[in-house]
Amino acid sequence: MDYLLHASDLERLIQAIYKDGYQIFGPTINDKAITYGEISSSADLPQGWTDIQEGGRYRLKRRTDKAFFGYAVGPHSWKKYLQLPHRPIWKASRQHQDIEVIEIQETAPKLAFLGVRSCELHAIAIQDRVLTEGDYTNENYRQRRAQLFTVAVNCTSAAATCFCTAMNTGPEVKLPSDLTLTEVIEGAAHFFLIRSGSASGAQILSELSLRPAGMREKNLANGRVQQLDEEMRKGPRHFDSSDLKELLYRNLDSPSWDKVAERCLSCANCTMACPTCFCSTVEDTTDLSGEHSERWERWDSCFTADLSHLTGGPVRSDTRSRYRQWMTHKLATWQDQFGSSGCVGCGRCITWCPVGIDLTEEVRSIRDLECKQAGSQEQP
Amino acid sequence: MTPSIYQVIHRQEEFAGTFTLRLQVQRKNRTNPPMRFNPGQFNMLYAFGTGESAISFSGLACGRELEGEGSILIHTIRAQGNVTRALECLREGDTLGVRGPFGQGWPLQKAKGKELLIIAGGLGLAPLRPVIYAALEGRLAANKVRLFYGARHPSELLYREELESWAKQIEQEISVDHGDGTWPGHIGVITDPLQAARIDGANTVAFLCGPEIMMRFCIQALLRKGVPASAISLSMERNMKCATGLCGHCQWGPNFICKDGPVFCYEDIRPWLQIRSL
Repeated sequence: MDYLLHASDLERLIQAIYKDGYQIFGPTINDKAITYGEISSSADLPQGWTDIQEGGRYRLKRRTDKAFFGYAVGPHSWKKYLQLPHRPIWKASRQHQDIEVIEIQETAPKLAFLGVRSCELHAIAIQDRVLTEGDYTNENYRQRRAQLFTVAVNCTSAAATCFCTAMNTGPEVKLPSDLTLTEVIEGAAHFFLIRSGSASGAQILSELSLRPAGMREKNLANGRVQQLDEEMRKGPRHFDSSDLKELLYRNLDSPSWDKVAERCLSCANCTMACPTCFCSTVEDTTDLSGEHSERWERWDSCFTADLSHLTGGPVRSDTRSRYRQWMTHKLATWQDQFGSSGCVGCGRCITWCPVGIDLTEEVRSIRDLECKQAGSQEQP
Repeated sequence: MTPSIYQVIHRQEEFAGTFTLRLQVQRKNRTNPPMRFNPGQFNMLYAFGTGESAISFSGLACGRELEGEGSILIHTIRAQGNVTRALECLREGDTLGVRGPFGQGWPLQKAKGKELLIIAGGLGLAPLRPVIYAALEGRLAANKVRLFYGARHPSELLYREELESWAKQIEQEISVDHGDGTWPGHIGVITDPLQAARIDGANTVAFLCGPEIMMRFCIQALLRKGVPASAISLSMERNMKCATGLCGHCQWGPNFICKDGPVFCYEDIRPWLQIRSL
């Protein structure tokens, strides 16, 4: 059931979530980018701003309207609140020949995310499978995730770098979310369609006592999402992803990897911006007495030499093998490991690559080279 | 997952930089059930304040090593990084952390009624030691067991005294890269004696552990002798941090070495073994 929420009532929604004991995080303007941070009112949102994105380029621009969610995605993803970038794992102390190790357990905060895009809901679902559905779990993630409240937003505009239609992850929100919004600005009217997808979402909605949306409002909102879907499918970054695993498994020695390695800086930006990349490492430190030690976990990246370090040097000693690992993991081996692609088509890796390497172009390059090779072999 | 604390009850220097520790769980944790493992699995050994290293089990799978109040773990370690160098400094009575057991071990049941070839290079003998003991005790029900073991130098052979005692029951081919003037055996790579051996391919299973290059060549030799790909198992090594499939470090194609391995059936991983720097 869709309800009507006037733009001026967005504040009431935020306060209702806040009153339920949630710490609310959402989009805010920070360092000339829309990043995720703590939100206390609708005034913190990037109202009237949009983002212009291309390979290696990101700029904020004023919109001609007062849209709250008129941007795509920024450099941050929600994973920074669920799989923490840096967290303590255990404390250890040593006295004479006795060692004691004490696990550090956090009391998980009640988090609410405001403005979660469809691709980002998919990213969270992917991280759930990796970090909580195997034989072992990341307990800190599991606890933070278990209490999470999401307010999703249907996309009615996209950045040039977005390719969710290729990965079947958007732009329409189809995964469960506690609440889902669709923002509409039509002439002087500015409203949201809002629906609940859980009991706690329904509870918040009932507190707002909204009226059901009319047919015209529903058509306007759904029309925007459908229109975007159609536009994106005609766009240059849309592609058929159904055979990616087979394509990449056939092409682990494609000359395309050598070409991309000439440009890739192995800087790890793509893995930090990616909402699904989950690699982590641990660091052990001691104090000066040598009797107290701590172990911390932090995000790691397959673009570092250290990740594949073995005696005798890293297994992936060159950029070619690291880029190949990242891209084949994301698009191919992930499917064998966790039953889905590891890519949600959010385009962050394209925008935040300092040299503008474009994953969708790399897929095309591998495919084209394979076709060309097959063609030249057929000729006598 | 935090480590349990164990005490070093015996330390044996195998040769310079390589040592074997016998570990017993700390007295206050003795009420915990003893650690059970399958040969080929591994533990994460924690050197206080320095970090953890993945070390395979070299002790017996069950039975004999259960002494007194808790099980004894045996780990053979080569000092080559920060953590293993810190472990090298441990002496009898010192303590360390142990997390485990992790991973998939050797498919011992495949040896039943077959000839088992144990093929080890260098430190690769360490995770195969429990297999040898299982064979010696007749637990494998193998028709015959043969050991092919290659090391760099006669002075760098692991478990020297045990090798001699095993020789009574297990046919051995030991090869070194460089002899020392008195070395009576083969000098060169272990693939040479393997190629020269008479092997009934269809009735043979092989367990391999050693440098990847050595394993690749040995596998080619085995395949040429008609050993089916499904009868060849190998133990792989990659960097490991969590050992629980969460940190991403040990990925090798679609496999996580820590949970899908370290022991793999060659038939399952054949395409990945051919790719350089994967």
